[in-house]
Amino acid sequence: MTEPTTEYAPVNRSKFKKIDMSKLSSHEQTPSAEDLPSCLRVSDLNLYYGSTRALADINLSIPSQRVTAFIGPSGCGKSSLLRCFNRMNDLVDDCVIKGSITLDGADIYHRSIDVADLRRRVGMVFQKPNPFPKSIYENVAYGLRIQGINKKRILDESVEKSLHAAALWDEVKDRLHDSALGLSGGQQQRLVIARTVAVEPEVLLLDEPASALDPISTLKIEELINELKERYTIIIVTHNMQQAARVSDFTAFMYMGKMIEFDTADNIFTNPTEKQTEDYITGRYG
Amino acid sequence: MTTIRNFFASGTPWIWANAGAVAISIIMTVGLLLLLAINGLGHFWPKDLMLAQYLQPTTSGEALPREIIGERVDWEEVPAERIISSGIPVDEAQPLYARELIKIGNRDLNGSDFTWLLSDFLSDIRYPENLTAFERREWGNFYGYVREVKEAGNSVVTSDPENPDDAAAWNELQVRIKRALAIHEEIVTLEKVEIGEVNHALERLRLRQRGLELRDQTTPESLAEIAAERAKWDSYYETLQTRLNMLYDDIERDTVIMLAMNDQNTEISLSDIVRAYQPNGMHIGNKLVVYAQKLWEFLSDEPREANTEGGIFPAIFGTVTMVLLMSVFVSPFGVIAAVYLREYARQGFVTRAIRIAVNNLAGVPSIVYGVFGLGFFIYFLGAEVDQAFYTEALPAPTFGTPGLLWASLTLALLTVPVVIVSTEEGLARIPRSLREGSLALGATKFETLWRVVLPMASPAMMTGLILAVARAAGEVAPLMLVGVVKLAPALPIDGNYPYFHLDQKFMHLGFHIYDVGFQSPNVEAARPLVFATALLLVIVIATLNQLAVSIRNRLREKFKALDM
Repeated sequence: MTEPTTEYAPVNRSKFKKIDMSKLSSHEQTPSAEDLPSCLRVSDLNLYYGSTRALADINLSIPSQRVTAFIGPSGCGKSSLLRCFNRMNDLVDDCVIKGSITLDGADIYHRSIDVADLRRRVGMVFQKPNPFPKSIYENVAYGLRIQGINKKRILDESVEKSLHAAALWDEVKDRLHDSALGLSGGQQQRLVIARTVAVEPEVLLLDEPASALDPISTLKIEELINELKERYTIIIVTHNMQQAARVSDFTAFMYMGKMIEFDTADNIFTNPTEKQTEDYITGRYG
Repeated sequence: MTTIRNFFASGTPWIWANAGAVAISIIMTVGLLLLLAINGLGHFWPKDLMLAQYLQPTTSGEALPREIIGERVDWEEVPAERIISSGIPVDEAQPLYARELIKIGNRDLNGSDFTWLLSDFLSDIRYPENLTAFERREWGNFYGYVREVKEAGNSVVTSDPENPDDAAAWNELQVRIKRALAIHEEIVTLEKVEIGEVNHALERLRLRQRGLELRDQTTPESLAEIAAERAKWDSYYETLQTRLNMLYDDIERDTVIMLAMNDQNTEISLSDIVRAYQPNGMHIGNKLVVYAQKLWEFLSDEPREANTEGGIFPAIFGTVTMVLLMSVFVSPFGVIAAVYLREYARQGFVTRAIRIAVNNLAGVPSIVYGVFGLGFFIYFLGAEVDQAFYTEALPAPTFGTPGLLWASLTLALLTVPVVIVSTEEGLARIPRSLREGSLALGATKFETLWRVVLPMASPAMMTGLILAVARAAGEVAPLMLVGVVKLAPALPIDGNYPYFHLDQKFMHLGFHIYDVGFQSPNVEAARPLVFATALLLVIVIATLNQLAVSIRNRLREKFKALDM
């Protein structure tokens, strides 16, 4: 540990204390992850990029209808793990995955799984907003059109519902047929969420959804996550520990491809079992 | 030392060098266009007709005065000894002699319609207002005085050539020329459209009968049916022929007696005259009208007189049709190849080798493609197609001979590397995040390509097409082997089934330039047309490009790339 870091740490810690106090009240009765019905279960997962082992023996059970956050320093493998859940890693040429991930009991890496269907059930929002260069309406309708739904009435209904769900409807209802690229960054990210919600997935994967946004947009996204967790299992990867503390019910701390600790957010942020976790959340490294 | 170093370090010399390079490019382009425009467009201006006496010294000392009527076309200065060595004894003491190129027309009387005259020996130059110029369907221009208008050999009006105010014959002539032109129009339509249709129908009947014979399916009924139809067309042809003969008699009714230079009288049938004007008496407005008419004729008419007169419409039409057809062939082919190479093929040694091969293909000399097109498309593919589908026309080849289809395919082959390369670049530029966004919504790879990637890459495809069009429209060498001819009797698109004649030979602006410039029997007459046609070729290519560019810009606006 270098001197400046140790000096800096108490400031950070005091900040957390404040947040934790407020969080404690709302999460008082959070039961442990093992007691809740689980949606995704990861067992003995190992992931290699070529000869580099990016994930090592991950075991994890992600509870349904809760927000689970993955935190950890850059390169710890949290995004890689997230991308395993909708098999985005298939697109990486030399990526090899060993072990199993089950979604509602079915192995998603089994030969009989239709990857496109899996990805429809496990939606994903990326770090940078990536709306298609189409109209707002067509962006939201995209997933439905892929499924062959072209009836205007159904599309209209779904677009409105999804935009409501992403808290974007009021801002765009008068310009649904304008280009999505005219929206601000935060609006674009909510549009991407609306687009993902439109295909009615079971799980939402959020890969640092607010890291490219300004604080106000970030706040809106976080409020949105709180609303969405009523209906979806949400997994969020974030660099921002305050954010993880604010939005998540469960938090996993990862380091160097290993799952160091997985517990309720309260426990992780107030009373971590592992020394490494404590060091990280207090800002000693990472 | 330091100041020089500072000067270089400041970057000023580079700015000057860059600006200089840009300026030179612009000046060269503008200069090129100006040169083409001045040399080409001046040709259509109705120049004044000069009347002069010419007395050139001869070696024998004998004086041979000549009267000269003509347009001054060009002017230059020549050293005396060169003139002496050509057999004209001029004064050696005078180092330079001016000489003028005069278009004297009247090729039927003089043998050639241009002559060089030494300015010093021209005298008594006048511009009589009643000097008349005719543009004729044969023998080029005619210059002279209108002396007498005749109808069926009987004199109608006469005028005195010496008296410029006596315009009676000229006025009568103009009315009658208008009539003759109307009849000519009718004759052309009759010959091209109606008789063309008959010939086409008869040919198809012949082919039908021959086809039946080849397949041994001739029955008395089918033969009788064909014979009946043929008889119907034959009788229709008879009526057309009678009408045509009447029209010919009609158009040849009027003649005009002209007084040319050196008191030669000649009789010209009005059916031969395309346009008549008296330039010396015209004011600028009238001249502009004639200029516009001549320019329009150049753009919209067919060539006459071994391409040295008339218009170049078939060449414009052929060029544009060929380029558009080439675009239709090259775009899907290039795009599909690029999509496979970039999106589906496993990246490795083979794809790299293919990419290198494609790039090298773009560097193969175009004439080699011409040879390939001739050998593969025409002699092999075309012959097979004829064997399979056009047996009844054999031994006359249908597709086994150069034609529009093969020319377009050859040029498509020539330009496909450009389309592949730019489409691939376009595909590579689509952000990965967008593909992932689509895949994450449950789209398959193909759906992602079709709905997101390809539309976004379409401006790049258009860029490829623009480059392809620019290259193809200017290509001449391979076309000479695979389908371009000096004079095509018909346009590749007309009113006869199947309307779009892919097997036909066609005319092309680039080849037309070569043909008029280098294969023409009348060099002086052809020269301005070379410039005018070159200017037009530039304009056609620029227009085609502009069309593609505007489509691309619209696509770009629509699929504005995200800044990520």
